[in-house]
Amino acid sequence: MADLTWFTPGTHITVRGLRKSFGGNPVYVGFDIDLPKGRIVSVFGPNGCGKSTFINMVAGLLPFDGGEILFEGKTIRETRIGYVFQNYREALFPWQRALDNIHYPLKLMGVPRAERNRRIEELVAGFDLKFDLHRYPYELSGGQQQTVSIMRSLVIEPEVLFLDEPFSALDYEMTLIMRDQLQKVLIARGTTAVLVSHDLEEAIYLADKLLLLTRRPSRIAEFLDIPLPRPRSPATLTDTEFVRIKAHALEVFQTAVRGS
Amino acid sequence: MELRPAKARLAQGHAERLGILGTGLHVDAAWRRWMLMSVGPLALFAIWYVAHEQAWVTQRLLPSPVRTLQSIWTNMTQGGMGEDFLRTLWRTLQSFGIAAVFGVPLGIVVGANAKIYRSIEFLVDFFRSTPATAMFPLFMILFGLGDFAKIAIAAFAAWLVILFNVAYGVMNARQTRILAARVMGASRLRIFRDVLFYECLPQTFVGLRTAVSLALVVIVVAEMFIGGDDGLGKRIIDSQITFDMPQLYGTILVSGVLGYGLNLVFLTLETRLVHWAGRS
Repeated sequence: MADLTWFTPGTHITVRGLRKSFGGNPVYVGFDIDLPKGRIVSVFGPNGCGKSTFINMVAGLLPFDGGEILFEGKTIRETRIGYVFQNYREALFPWQRALDNIHYPLKLMGVPRAERNRRIEELVAGFDLKFDLHRYPYELSGGQQQTVSIMRSLVIEPEVLFLDEPFSALDYEMTLIMRDQLQKVLIARGTTAVLVSHDLEEAIYLADKLLLLTRRPSRIAEFLDIPLPRPRSPATLTDTEFVRIKAHALEVFQTAVRGS
Repeated sequence: MELRPAKARLAQGHAERLGILGTGLHVDAAWRRWMLMSVGPLALFAIWYVAHEQAWVTQRLLPSPVRTLQSIWTNMTQGGMGEDFLRTLWRTLQSFGIAAVFGVPLGIVVGANAKIYRSIEFLVDFFRSTPATAMFPLFMILFGLGDFAKIAIAAFAAWLVILFNVAYGVMNARQTRILAARVMGASRLRIFRDVLFYECLPQTFVGLRTAVSLALVVIVVAEMFIGGDDGLGKRIIDSQITFDMPQLYGTILVSGVLGYGLNLVFLTLETRLVHWAGRS
């Protein structure tokens, strides 16, 4: 196997020979990919193709059978990551106020209180908050809870942020707002992000690169550049270039669904 | 399920403190709630009164409610009933305390370890289903006729309930929350302290509340049948032997007050301390 401590400049996450099967069913059989640094990568593919499996393995939440995943030559243990779960209701700590939820990862890192407050203030400034962080999570709406969840994952200034279908439990109106919020914050911070989405429109809208997967065992159907200018807005959704990319991605997707 | 209205009421009280509900309406609403709630008890006393007056049941077996309340008053002021009340309460709290001290930590350990849980699941279920009263003679032989035998047997019964509920709470902890803590870099110990402990609190409180009620039942029965010279159970059995019906009815009511009061205290603690239960 190639020496992964060497990595192409501009690459953040290097995946080589990744293997994983569930009960004898192979999901990944020797999967290779390079994910760029400081960019947003969306992962899209047919149902059950292992999108979430992929980011969970990369994020170190799920063991894999073989292969190697490195972050600029470092292992996951040496890398600071954030993870936003689909189910914000079950990911936040309801016994703590929203603000204390955001404090928590910093506390784990042993950051002193004054420094924690400073960092959180700075983080809050980047968000357009219309609610009180002194409330308990169950007193907030779904979108507000997921915002808290995203803030909690960003407050440690992660090198990589993973998002597993973060907006799929929200209504469309809230999804549009949240997408823009997330885009704004990620671009401002230059964080590498890996996003799983089951919504092609959202996957393209947020991404610099779109990873299209085939049915299992998953292979790369296509790894597309999304050269749309930033910041993107709801008007982007009707832009001819956006529409062209979406049509192409849909074609690749349909081939992937029919194929193998 | 007589607990339901009390719980709902407390939840509403909490909502009001949080400012979720307006304050203008709630005085009126509270008043109406109290009115409605007193309908049942008042009706019971009315029917009791008429049944006694009309001698639907022979008056020797059913004293009037007024005489019953009088007997509570005189027994409380000069008959040592207050003493008995406190003795029973104290025994119940002691056995509950022992049960909690041994039940909560053990429940956490059992719940966190699937193998341990599976190997003792049957035993816990079996002894939980065995009537505690069936073990009276055994405990009398083991611990004699003193206070400790009574406390030990109530503690045993309550302990199993707490153990079971805590273990269940730990086992049903939301996996996502544990994963979230792990991703943030929490050690196993921190996950235990910061996540699992809180995750199992709602179910723990259900266990504690059930346990204190059960401890009271066992203590009262133990006071009746395991020798001793005080406690509400002893007073009830004495009233039966001396055929003092007003005192018998009165002591039953006082035992009810004790049980209801304990429940209310635990419900209040629960809604204060586990404010997120059922809402997340």
